Amino acid sequence: MAALGRAGGIGPPRIGGSRGSSPWASTGWRWLILVLASVYFLIPLIAALRFAGISSFGSVISQSGFTSSLALSVRLAVITTIITIALILPTTVYVHLRLPKLRRLLEGITILPIVIPPVVLIVGVLQIAPGFLKSTEYLLALVYVILAMPFAYRAIDAGLRALDLKTITEAASSLGAGWITTLWRVILPNLRTALLSATVLTVALVLGEFTIASLDLYQTFPVWIYVNSQTSGQVSVAASLLALFVTWLFLMAITVIGTRQSRKTGGGSVTLFTVARQETRGD
Amino acid sequence: MDQTVAAPGSLADPGALGALGSGGAAASGPPGRLTVPRALRGLRRALGVVPFGVYVTLFLLLPMIAVAIGAFRNSSTGSFTLSNVKTATHGVYLHGFEQSIVLSVITSILPGIFGLLIAYAIFTAKRGTVLRQVVVTASGVFANFGGVPLAFLFIATLGSSGLATKWLIDIGFDPYAHGFSLYSLAGVVVVYMYFQIPLMVLVILPALEGLRPAWREAAENLGARSWDYWRFVGGPVLLPSFLGCVLLLFGSALSAYATAEALTNGTIPLTSIQIGSFLNGNVIAGQENVGKALGLGMVVIIAVAMMLYVALQRRAAKWLR
Repeated sequence: MAALGRAGGIGPPRIGGSRGSSPWASTGWRWLILVLASVYFLIPLIAALRFAGISSFGSVISQSGFTSSLALSVRLAVITTIITIALILPTTVYVHLRLPKLRRLLEGITILPIVIPPVVLIVGVLQIAPGFLKSTEYLLALVYVILAMPFAYRAIDAGLRALDLKTITEAASSLGAGWITTLWRVILPNLRTALLSATVLTVALVLGEFTIASLDLYQTFPVWIYVNSQTSGQVSVAASLLALFVTWLFLMAITVIGTRQSRKTGGGSVTLFTVARQETRGD
Repeated sequence: MDQTVAAPGSLADPGALGALGSGGAAASGPPGRLTVPRALRGLRRALGVVPFGVYVTLFLLLPMIAVAIGAFRNSSTGSFTLSNVKTATHGVYLHGFEQSIVLSVITSILPGIFGLLIAYAIFTAKRGTVLRQVVVTASGVFANFGGVPLAFLFIATLGSSGLATKWLIDIGFDPYAHGFSLYSLAGVVVVYMYFQIPLMVLVILPALEGLRPAWREAAENLGARSWDYWRFVGGPVLLPSFLGCVLLLFGSALSAYATAEALTNGTIPLTSIQIGSFLNGNVIAGQENVGKALGLGMVVIIAVAMMLYVALQRRAAKWLR
């Protein structure tokens, strides 16, 4: 409730309220854009739903390999998220605090995975990876960390920018807090929203990744859909919809839980990439 | 692991904290620290980024170097050769590069604009509303949606007997009679927008968050109309981020593989698909390393695009001043 009240009170001025342009015109374009977008994004879903038919959803779950591939994907998502956060969070905080000159470099490095084609990356990884790594499915998680880096870094970086990091660390240190205490009890709670965004993006990425998994010959959920698509068109369209739906549910769950958590502690609502903290800084 | 703990440990040092600012490190430290040579201190400072550096080297840099070296190696003898690169820049492969670039340019600029508009629409909608939550979460899902499932969705929609195709025919417009095909470049463009637009929404939102409401209020108090605000305040502030995001979309479109592969069964000549076919083992003997040369080519294209971006951003930065 507190969060809602604040949202209403301090939000940025609405375009509708601006002088010089009619409020109708500016509200109008917003709705036009959103309607166009929902048409483009919803029609394929409806078409697929009609093509698959309700009955084929039941048979998806009973297909062989459904549970094991879904379990593999979820397992990879968890491992990837843990490694990504453990790697990116301390590094980003450290660079923000002590090596601000490296920020541009870090930004440059973390953008690489999104511009380097996964196809090319996996060619290289398979060439240099030692045998013990190649024979385990966890190699996938290690490569996914690289793929998740751009999103995780940007989410955390945005969160850090919204904080007056220097002031709060100095305050913490003047109160006698060491580095670990500062990171754990001062910075981390302030970054909850950003961390949640990073998690959501990483999980979505892992659950949807096809290229690397298929070329590394592991049957994650997306690969299973592909392999299974040879048998029945309807069932595989149903499975595609189900994949989308499962990912969505998963993300919604994380977001809702995160929002509830942060409301308890007085934070703003949780959305991906949100830098809501800047509003609550004065609290 | 040791380094992560050791290096930041110095942060708890009050002297080090004083040096946190823009760089006058030596002056503000306690006297004892002045004896430590500068280079050594720089090194010690850099230890905090070592775990990250090692990880990126192992799983990003070394693989890329392996690809680059492979591109210049004869696949059977291992000796130096230029023939892979030569093959990769001629005939079907050159055509592949052309098509890939055309596709990536279109599917970075169009989604870039639409994505910005959508992001702005939900950004200006009231905070904490269901709309915002749904759009952003949906973007997270759709931005990572691709490959076979996405291809299936669009075949059911815009395939020759898809739902939307039927609707269009019903209102008297048969797209397939007007040269459109889902399995051509135009079709791939339509499909790519499905993950490119959400990606744009996700990456441009933080930049929009950076637009302080106070700036708009200040501009309005000074008598600015909406257009003036965008021309002189909002636009220049957003431009560098916007360009960066479009570059990101370009890279994402260039490297997309699974969707086009599933949609066209690999018949569309795109470089990523050609590389994939090398990995799948559809290779003429002696040409195994041409795939690596193609990979190197893609990296070069990205590098050129990034240089263009840096140049544009410099100009934008000048405009900002």
